[in-house]
This record gives sequence, C-alpha cells and structure tokens, in this order.
Amino acid sequence: MTTTASSHRQIAPPALEMTNVRKVYPMGDDEVVALDHATLTLGSDEIVALLGPSGSGKTTLCSIAGGLLTPTAGSVVVGGQDITAYNTKRLAKFRQETVGFVFQSVNLVPFLTARENLLVVNELGRRTGKQQARSRADQLLEELGLSDRRDNLPSQLSGGQRQRVAIGRALMNEPELVLFDEPTSALDTHLGEQVMQLIRSEMKSRGTAAVVVTHDERIVHYTDRTVRITDGVLHA
Amino acid sequence: MRIAWRELRRRPSRFVTATAILTLLATLLMLLGGLLDGLIDGATSAVAAQRGGIIVFSSTSEKSFPRSRISPSLRATVAQVPGVVDVGGIGVAQLGARVPGNGPRDLADVALFGYELAPRGVPAPPGPGEAYADRSLERKGIHPGVTIEVGPARTPIRIVGMVDGLSYSDQGTLWSSPDTWRNATNANLPEAGVGPGVFQALVVRVDPGADPAAVARRIDGRTGGATESLSLGAAVNALPGVSQQRSTFNQIIGVTIVIAVVVVALFFALLTVERAGLYAVLKALGATSQTLFGGVVLQGVVVTALATAVGTVIALAIDIAIPPGSIPYTLLPSRVLTSALALLLAAVFGCVFSLRRVLRIDPASAIGTGQ
Repeated sequence: MTTTASSHRQIAPPALEMTNVRKVYPMGDDEVVALDHATLTLGSDEIVALLGPSGSGKTTLCSIAGGLLTPTAGSVVVGGQDITAYNTKRLAKFRQETVGFVFQSVNLVPFLTARENLLVVNELGRRTGKQQARSRADQLLEELGLSDRRDNLPSQLSGGQRQRVAIGRALMNEPELVLFDEPTSALDTHLGEQVMQLIRSEMKSRGTAAVVVTHDERIVHYTDRTVRITDGVLHA
Repeated sequence: MRIAWRELRRRPSRFVTATAILTLLATLLMLLGGLLDGLIDGATSAVAAQRGGIIVFSSTSEKSFPRSRISPSLRATVAQVPGVVDVGGIGVAQLGARVPGNGPRDLADVALFGYELAPRGVPAPPGPGEAYADRSLERKGIHPGVTIEVGPARTPIRIVGMVDGLSYSDQGTLWSSPDTWRNATNANLPEAGVGPGVFQALVVRVDPGADPAAVARRIDGRTGGATESLSLGAAVNALPGVSQQRSTFNQIIGVTIVIAVVVVALFFALLTVERAGLYAVLKALGATSQTLFGGVVLQGVVVTALATAVGTVIALAIDIAIPPGSIPYTLLPSRVLTSALALLLAAVFGCVFSLRRVLRIDPASAIGTGQ
C-alpha cells in the first residue's frame, strides 16, 4: 500500500521519502517481516500521525526514518539525503544533524538541567560554538515557556514541562524531520492535548515535518494526515 | 565527556562506594610498597650507599660478604684491569654490642663495617678503635663520645660521629677503619678471621666512559675466575632475603592491583547496565560508542585518581605517625608515583570491560520502549 502527500506538493524537497521499504528480522530458521514494502512521503512541514496497534511495525518505520535502523530493502531519503546505505558512523552523524527525536518516556538526562539537556545535542554533534548553542537553547526554552525553568533538573519539572524540554531538545539541531514516539502516552488527557497543540504549533511555526507514532486516535485531530499501519503494511 | 564529568560533579553519591573501595586499595598498595621499601632499605642501604659501580666477591662466596675473601694479590690484579679507576676494600661483621647504661642482656645488634672508600654520607675512615654509628642506633643509647663493647671479646669501639640511613640486614651499622674491623672480627669471630690486608669484597669505581658490565667481565677474566663481579644493583639484590622479600611483596602488590581492576570493571560494568537506556537515547541523538566509552574511562580515571590521592594522604599520615625505627616503613616518592600510575592503568583496563556493553547498546532500543 502506498501513501503520499498528494494534496499539496511542496516546493521544498520532501522531508521524508520512503520507497518500497522492507524490514525483515531473522527468527531462527524463519523470518519476521516487520515492514512490508512501505512507501511514505512527507512534505517539508507536514505532520503525519502513524497509527497502529502494538507490534504493527510503526516503531520499525520510525526507526528506519530516523536512521536508527537500516532497511532490508527499499530506499530512504530524508531532507534530500539518501541514507539507505549509510554505515553506523554516517547514520550517527545523520542523526546528529538532520533528525530530532522525542521519546516515549521523554528520557531527559536526569543530572542535566533543562538547558543542558538541549545543549547535549550540540555537544554530541554540530558544535556550532558554545555561545551560539546557548543562545539557541535559551531561545527554544523561551518559546516553549520554560525560561524560568532552564536551570531546573528534570526531577524538578512537571510531566508537561519535561515533555516540552524533550521537544526543545529535538528541535535544537534544526532538524528536517522530528519523530515523536508516543508523545502523550505518559500524560493525562488534558496534558496530552496541550502537548499535541504545542507540537503542532512548534512544527508549523518552524516549517518542520513530523511523524507522530501513536495508538491514540485523538491525536489525529492535531496532524495533517493519518497513516495507519497493520502487520507492517501501510494504509492511507 | 562533558556529560560524564557533570554526572561526577552532580551525582557524587553514585561513586562513593567505588571511591571508598579504591581508596582502601590505594592505601593498601602504598602501605605494602612502603613496607617493602622499608624492609629493603633496612637490609641493603649500607651496600646501596657504596660509591662504586661494581662489587667484587670471591668466586666461591656465593655473593655473600661473610663468605667472601679477597687477598691483597687479588686486589692488586683487580686494580690493574683497564676501566678500573679506584678500588677499596670492604668487610662487615655482625655482632652484639654492649652499651654503657644498658642492662647486661640488652645488646644492640650492630653491623661493623671496615672500609677504605667512604660510602655516601660517611666521612673518611676514623682512627683506630673508632667508628661512626648509624643514627638508628641512637635509640639503643649509642651516640658520639660513648664507647661500646662489641662481641663476646668485648672489643671497645668509641663512637666519634653519627651517619644517617645506613642499615645492613636490618641492623644499625658502625663504620670503622679496616684494621678496627679486622681486629674486632678476629677477636670475636675467629672462625671467620681475616688476615692482614684481606677484605671480604672490593668496591670498584669504574671509568665514567667505560661500560661497568664489560669491566666486571674483564675483572673476572683477569683474575682467572677467582672473583665474581656484580653491579651495585645486583650486589644489593644478592643480599640474603632481599630478592625473596621483593618477590613476595611484589606478588601481593600485583594481586592488589588485580583486585583494583576487578573493582573498577565490576562497578562500571554495573553502571553501564544501569545506564543502558540513557546510552541508547544518547546514541539515538548521535553520540558515538567512542564518546560514551570515553565518558566511562574519564569517570573511572577520576574516581581512581581521587582514591589514590586520599590513599596517599593516609599512607603519608601513617608514615608520620610511625615512631622512627619501630616498623621498617619508607614511603618513597617513586613508590607513590608508580602505585598511582598502576592504579590509573588498572582503572583504564577495568573500564575496558564495559566497552563491549557500550558497543552493543542499540540506539534503536530508545524508540518503542517506555522505560
């Protein structure tokens, strides 16, 4: 099954182009097909909800799009970069520079302040220079309403504040694509809606594409498009 | 690296256990080294202080001063060997000394040396019946102006000065002229008597441009195999019990270093397992295995350096607290440095055991888990 962003083609290159991507895991003498000929294209500022039950392959798709896994077959192009044949080292550099992640449990570094959690991205990757990185981190925190919390440790922040710090971290390297892994699963309904509003406004204001992996149907209201996945097969 | 450093600063409690154990190990290592150096120093410092590159024994002596005899003719042969600048006879007799004011059974164990070439810290040989005494004998009441009686024949020897840090077989030394030593030896140890002009060994000074090992071979060749010439270091190691003490202590020190490796390896392996989730996230953000492993090594080295510093302070405090002469304990700067270096290498080596775990952490595991 093929899904494309056909409604409004962007002038800028697509943020993500996955073409006939397969991911097969060996399991003893057999093989498990986690992703079966998946084709997905995201416009440069498009937000797509990837909806599916547990074990449907949405995490595998997200991992391949983010350069965490390499496909068994097919091609993956992110922001114009064909990462299909990248080795581990090039994938690490690609992740440093081109994608942002917001993980299911937020996963901030517990002994770093909110500001330092954002600066980690620069320390690991692009290294734009301390001053420039600090300015960007401060700007992001201000935009996310966390200026007065920048020197707090994650343990001193609420769940929603931690989620916002994680979003800031994902945006720190000015990515082409941000991958959200179940961003509302640990939050109550009200907070989940707030976070999704924030994600939408942040992505749209920056013109950044995003894939939101979820099994929560309510999230589709905040995305441009919904793609469903079942047993490794994408459905529009 | 910065992340690892910040963790050390902000979560010091996580590293307290490993630091405490490594501090105990560092202290143990310094104490063992100090005891080894103290024992070796007590057994050998009188020989190690000789100002000559070669010590010549008679070939049948098995490198033992009491068993060795060098006749005047043999000495003359040695003196003519090319590369030899100066030759001085030396001999030693281990005796009990009666000290005025002490009880009749309260003997001071002394090693009476007769010498021609003054060792480091010792003046030229004193007059007949006189000797310089090692300062360690002061606690036995031996000091300048006192006349002691050595051996069963109660040979009188008047102390005319003190010298520092010269022991032989853990006994304080007396430094006398060759004749004083010969007279005392012949009077008190008749079975070990020495004739006129005879010494137990020779201290040989070598031409600065000559190879001491080659000169030693030439000496033994020129004497037709009647001598066995050793470098000063080899002569020190040949003293009774020295190599055995060194070997035993070095084995204990080696085991202690292995334990330090195991402590670091286990601690950081557990820490790495505990951090697997965090490392997966950092890898997903673009951290390389090298960066993460570098952080582990940094933490291992810092924790060990801190433990070594505290261990050194404790060992120095023990050194100050020990009354002089009560326990053979000498903490040398070289020992502190080598122990610290060994511990730091142990830390790096211990951290290597975490490398495989760090390499195996899959960044993809950061996604799709709620941990």
